[in-house]
Amino acid sequence: MTLLSVEGLTVELPGSARPVLDAVDLSVAAGEVVGLVGESGSGKSVTARSALGLLPAKARVTGRVLVEGKDLVGADAAHLREVRTGVASMVFQDPRAGINPVRRIGDFLTEPLRLTKGWSKRQAEARALELLAAVGLPDPPRHLRQYPHQLSGGMLQRVMIAGALAGEPRLLLCDEPTTALDVSTQAEILALLGGLQRERGLGLLLITHDIELAAASCDRVYVMYAGRIVEEASAGELFGSPRHPYTRGLLGSTPPLTGPLERLRPVPGAPMSLAESAPGCAFAARCDFAEPGRCDQSPPRLLPVPGAADRSAACVRVAELPPVVATEVRS
Amino acid sequence: MTALLEVTDLRKTYGGTTAVDGVSFTLPPGGALGLVGESGSGKTTTARMLVGLERPDSGSITVLGQPLGAQVRGRAARLARAKAIQIVFQDPYLSLDARLTIGATLDGVLRLHGQGDRVARAARIRELLGQVGLGDREAAALPRHLSGGQRQRAAIARALAVEPAVLVLDEAVSALDVSVQAQVLNVLTDIRREAGIGLVFVSHDLAVVRYVCDEALVLLRGRPVEHRPMEELLDNPDHDYTRLLLDSVPHPGWDPESIARRRRAA
Amino acid sequence: MSTTVLVRRPLLGRLRGGFLAQGWLFRVCLVLLVGFVVVAVFAPWLAPQDPTMGDFANTMAGPGADHLLGTDQGGHDTFSALLVGARTSLLGPLGVVVFSTVVGIAVGLFSGWRGGWVDAVIGRVLDILFAFPSLLLAILAVALFGKGLGAPVLAMAVAYMPYTARLVRGLTAQEKNRPYVSAYLVQGHAPVYVAVRRLLPNLGPTVLAQSTVNFGYALLDLAALSFLGLGVQPPTPDWGAMINQAEAAVLQGQPLSAVVPAVAVVLVVVAFNVVGEQFGDQLARRDAK
Repeated sequence: MTLLSVEGLTVELPGSARPVLDAVDLSVAAGEVVGLVGESGSGKSVTARSALGLLPAKARVTGRVLVEGKDLVGADAAHLREVRTGVASMVFQDPRAGINPVRRIGDFLTEPLRLTKGWSKRQAEARALELLAAVGLPDPPRHLRQYPHQLSGGMLQRVMIAGALAGEPRLLLCDEPTTALDVSTQAEILALLGGLQRERGLGLLLITHDIELAAASCDRVYVMYAGRIVEEASAGELFGSPRHPYTRGLLGSTPPLTGPLERLRPVPGAPMSLAESAPGCAFAARCDFAEPGRCDQSPPRLLPVPGAADRSAACVRVAELPPVVATEVRS
Repeated sequence: MTALLEVTDLRKTYGGTTAVDGVSFTLPPGGALGLVGESGSGKTTTARMLVGLERPDSGSITVLGQPLGAQVRGRAARLARAKAIQIVFQDPYLSLDARLTIGATLDGVLRLHGQGDRVARAARIRELLGQVGLGDREAAALPRHLSGGQRQRAAIARALAVEPAVLVLDEAVSALDVSVQAQVLNVLTDIRREAGIGLVFVSHDLAVVRYVCDEALVLLRGRPVEHRPMEELLDNPDHDYTRLLLDSVPHPGWDPESIARRRRAA
Repeated sequence: MSTTVLVRRPLLGRLRGGFLAQGWLFRVCLVLLVGFVVVAVFAPWLAPQDPTMGDFANTMAGPGADHLLGTDQGGHDTFSALLVGARTSLLGPLGVVVFSTVVGIAVGLFSGWRGGWVDAVIGRVLDILFAFPSLLLAILAVALFGKGLGAPVLAMAVAYMPYTARLVRGLTAQEKNRPYVSAYLVQGHAPVYVAVRRLLPNLGPTVLAQSTVNFGYALLDLAALSFLGLGVQPPTPDWGAMINQAEAAVLQGQPLSAVVPAVAVVLVVVAFNVVGEQFGDQLARRDAK
């Protein structure tokens, strides 16, 4: 069952040269881990937030954001509340920014339950203990009484995940959930998210700048650039044979940990800011394969890649590009 | 051959907590050492002690046989210390003076270090910016009109303007987008090769350290746990912590569960 | 960077988010201030009469052809006194602001840069100075050194200094940890040079906003002092002194000689507040980007 279906979502902000999101199509099914990869300004966070109906206040929005079949664009407050408290929830990058530092962990977890579900204090606390145990924290009764500063970043991110699970959501949106954490903690948090996702059959959307993290932990990956989806593929295919020049560029920019060490082939220039726009492909200015007259005319649409099932790329030259020399698959 | 940089038994405590304890290493001319660790490992404190922003409780830092005093008095001593070691910081948005153009920033460094002739300074600025892949347009720009990658390259050029023997990079690429990070990494490997500058590369990212460095020193809670040539360290890590760090890097077939289990067991 | 301007009394606090945030008000106030300064500079040429000379045939007169805004009990022309009085009324606060800003910057920069126990001691001393109301300090100075503009201006400069000092101290402590400051030090610049020539200019706009707000309050305080007869002494025209001198005229049903300088005081104080806060807001917005 499709939990989240974003259809042709376009978000324009006054004063910016290009749309923040430009005809984004994306779906997440129950039991599926989907990656959304992009650099700063690609619109990946805006896309994720749209699934909670959280769009910038002054934005002009067209398209649809269907959560369990119901459109959130222009939805009334009651419907949004229903989605946010029961269907979908979000885990953010910096756990310290998402929690009131002067209130106890217990308050953070029980308050929403008491307010939205009208539970008694005891009921809510019992549930909070369950949640803290579910996210693998060692001593739930003690954590309930602790303040955020008494926990490490990794533990606090577990608390945030517990909070996100409180409403028994079916869709979990994780916006760079490990970027603010240490590398070794990153593995723990992803193990936790993976375990919860399988146990509960959640649909999980993982937003990250790290293409290797997405490839290693997702079933399917979308790559975003300048507000558009430029490529969609299964994680294995994306990593083994990227088709869009931008995806190739990202992989060519990532230094390998094993195998031969060649000089990196960085993408020239910088990601397109909101103050810039291009009539054609937004990546053309940085693309090795860009062809005047073809790539700078109109934005390329995300189309199935010829000869490759279940893959799409937004590049007019995708069929003509030389194949990528297979990068050595690491153990 | 004298070592370019010799660090012996650095130690630093804040109040009761030990930030750095017993860090020693030597760097040959043109060498590159990675200081690898997570938050609280003491890697940034070590970097700050190297450039004199923090005073070590004990231990010594020697550049080309000359010990660097913890306290520097007088203009000549300050300039000499500056010529020994320079640093590039993590945050490209706060590491440049917002009021000055990139050109003016570099000009100030060159003037301070005794380049009196304006024409010669202008030529040198162009050369320095060229080394990091920037041009006249960037020289005339204020930092806020440049991208993160351009700013970080400007910060590298500013450090190079002093012509230091050693350059410390404190997480200098971790705030950058991947595609831009690669540009800066290539700049670093180029200047290392061309200028023969010794690099001390502070990072939590082993893949990036591998790309830049020959050897790595892994720090855990202020103490060195392993110090070996890079390839050896990656192929056959000695210490459990090094192995944990390595396994934590996502890769195809990655199994975060097993890492989490091992961490719990540890 | 925090750019909170320390406003002594939240005079306009409640209005800030509303219509006062609009651009037109800022522009009107700026024009008003420029106007007052121009008047102050050219007052002797603009004033139709000599405000120190009384027209004894026309004391406490209403507005008329001879006296545009009437006269007070001494027969001084209110309109001329308003123009010429702008000089002392603006010059006094200017002295307060210049002195308090210069000393405040020096104290704040030193304290914030040094840190440690020096900073702690200076912080305590500033706290003590905060406890003295500026007007009280000014009256004390008058009691010690006599009436006039000099003693109160100096006393009030001392009373206003802590506002700037505390602001600069906080900003310096924050700014000195920024990597660009560290980079200057690592390059081999002398610490004094880095603090004064490199760090301080980056605080400039915030300090300017604070000083602008201080100016308004200093003007109010000095006018109050003159009204009490402790500041500028008649016949030297001054807005505060004018209000004092107008007492008899008000009782005679000619309030204009008191209302005119009072309105001038209010306008200038409000205008300085609006302009100062707008500076602060603009900084906050620029930093947020």
